[in-house]
Amino acid sequence: MYKILEKRELNDSVTLMVIDAPLIAKKVKAGQFIIFRTDEMGERIPLTVADYDREKGTITIIFQKVGKSTYQLGTMEQGDSILDVVGPLGVASEFGENVKHACVIGGGVGCAIAYPSAKALHNMGVKVDIIAGFRSKDIVILEDEMRAVCDNYYITTDDGTYGKKGFVTNQLQELIDNGEQYDLVIAIGPVPMMKFVCGVTRPYNIKTMVSLNPIMIDGTGMCGGCRVTVGGKTKYACVDGPDFDGFEVDFNELMRRNSAYREQEAHDKEHICRLTGGVRHA
Amino acid sequence: MPNMQAQKTPITEQDPKVRARNFKEVCLGYTAEEAMNEAARCLNCKNRPCVSGCPVSVKIPDFLAQVKEGNFEEAYKIITSTNGLPAVSGRVCPQESQCEGKCVRGIKGEPVAIGKLERFCADYMADKKLEQEKAEPNGIKVAVVGSGPSGLTCAADLAKLGYSVTIFEAFHTAGGVLMYGIPEFRLPKATVQHEVDNLKALGVEIKTDMVIGKILSIDEIMEMGYKAVFVGTGAGLPNFMNIPGESLVGVFSANEYLTRINLMKGYLEEYDTPVRKYNSVAVVGGGNVAMDAARCAMRLGAEHVYVIYRRSEAEMPARKEEVHHAKEEGIEFLFLNNPVEILGDENGAVNGIKCVKMELGEPDAGGRRSVKAIPDSEFTIPIDACIMSIGTSPNPLIRSTTAGLEANKHGCLVVNEDMLTTKEGVYAGGDAVTGAATVILAMGAGKTAAKAMDEYIKSL
Repeated sequence: MYKILEKRELNDSVTLMVIDAPLIAKKVKAGQFIIFRTDEMGERIPLTVADYDREKGTITIIFQKVGKSTYQLGTMEQGDSILDVVGPLGVASEFGENVKHACVIGGGVGCAIAYPSAKALHNMGVKVDIIAGFRSKDIVILEDEMRAVCDNYYITTDDGTYGKKGFVTNQLQELIDNGEQYDLVIAIGPVPMMKFVCGVTRPYNIKTMVSLNPIMIDGTGMCGGCRVTVGGKTKYACVDGPDFDGFEVDFNELMRRNSAYREQEAHDKEHICRLTGGVRHA
Repeated sequence: MPNMQAQKTPITEQDPKVRARNFKEVCLGYTAEEAMNEAARCLNCKNRPCVSGCPVSVKIPDFLAQVKEGNFEEAYKIITSTNGLPAVSGRVCPQESQCEGKCVRGIKGEPVAIGKLERFCADYMADKKLEQEKAEPNGIKVAVVGSGPSGLTCAADLAKLGYSVTIFEAFHTAGGVLMYGIPEFRLPKATVQHEVDNLKALGVEIKTDMVIGKILSIDEIMEMGYKAVFVGTGAGLPNFMNIPGESLVGVFSANEYLTRINLMKGYLEEYDTPVRKYNSVAVVGGGNVAMDAARCAMRLGAEHVYVIYRRSEAEMPARKEEVHHAKEEGIEFLFLNNPVEILGDENGAVNGIKCVKMELGEPDAGGRRSVKAIPDSEFTIPIDACIMSIGTSPNPLIRSTTAGLEANKHGCLVVNEDMLTTKEGVYAGGDAVTGAATVILAMGAGKTAAKAMDEYIKSL
């Protein structure tokens, strides 16, 4: 059992939890993920670790309530315990030795995963620009945290209610046009966003890393559900990733595979709402 | 006088039409009378060929003699003196190529139903408390990585010798392939849980959610004071065919498909893990796992389930009983066919499988007949899901994080006859050493390792 020590709603659908998990906290590095299962009936769901405190023995997860299991997790409160938390899984992010100027891009809840990368780079002495993109002002998350680990923070909203109106790709293009010399771009967010960021960086041949979060069960290479095509080869996001060279990823295939259970998921969500307005009590 | 009936005593099974749509156990087991009648068929041969066919040397004629007399508890004790998991092995062992394959009664009729009788004894004792014999605790810590058949067996033997045993399991539930792989209708999960609970009663500690190689390394486990480690991490990595279309939505590894169903219980409404019902499913492969996947697909409501196997029925590695049961349940077998491509629609979902017809050639050095494709024999079957069940390989997680642990070119850990790896104090067994094999061989390896670990620790 893994106790929830702190819970904070970052916006209407995104929640932060600090979880007591000393062994994981001791080992985890930026880019790695955990798999949680709320209770006996629950699914195994992967979440990238947003932060950790080795001394206190805690890890921080930030998740968006999108499916049944994340809704279920969202109903749990400070003091409650999550039945299973497995990790750290996956390969830690590797930025290379010679990075001087990086642009870290987070889209929506992807900021939760982009944040530890920015922090790690910042702590390495790398000059870090952050572009954080959201649909609208009311769902902006982690602004203060991200500002604290970068040199320049840019924010975009689709509807222009905060920061610059437009997409992260517009902001990135503008920065490149203005002469910023990035030797690394990290893009973490919805699959289409990562795909389009790669579209921007490719002509300049700026190394672009993405973090993938496909459907998986065990997280140790056993199910093969998370297979993605990278550079024409089949890779397992759980053990070979979750970070990959964005220029090599077959994003269209990934989008198709991620939608495999969309119908069932929609049905499940509707089912929850009509029955209880919530979910079962863990 | 032995019972000279030529055939096995019939056993009750669920009606094929009914069971093809439920997950309840297929075979309902012998009654006491049936078991005694069947056990009486044993000739009690002097040279005991059946025992020589058993990887863990169960004293078969001895336990059968007790069953014949109705002394089921005594029979159970004889079995468990060499086999810690009789309820499991009685159900999933390939008896036809082991004990029963050597049974003299099989020459002019059917062999004694040794597997079914082993299962009977285990089931008979399931609800009866039996004091497990155990040495005084010696306070020495040993670790077992993985809680599948080899790990459970190794842990039980070490606990009985007085060791303080900790099992590290990556999943949230102990049991390994017995839990995630083999379906409920062939091996009820309550039966596996019962065996795990027996282990806990022996004092074995089971730590779940522990992916060794990530949260702790083997070296760190040894630094924590464990004097020896057994690695029984199985062969968990699914193989794919590397043909076009394997990334389409609706193509699964058998591991994924079976884990969704067996471990995550996706077939039950109250569990969250999704498993879709498909109408027409192709399962590629000819082993037990392929049979399990095919029969699960049928139980989830498929209209057509095809098993596509590149050799003929005679070469199929699956247990005969499973193939027989699968046929009864309406699984369609396409022998001597091999997929060359999986086809998809404009949304990237599977809608067909293109196969080529095969023909058998000469046997190779190992006696297995070669196969080759017949030119211009391609044909397509419409399907909406494809399950690849063509074998698994050991997971590299432990060997890649443990210095001094050698593996062969297939990724299998290298061990000596005592199951000692190339690293001092680290033993290994089961599929992690052999590649995908049987439950009983893994159990045998766990036993051998436990004995060697005991000797090693005593020599320190």
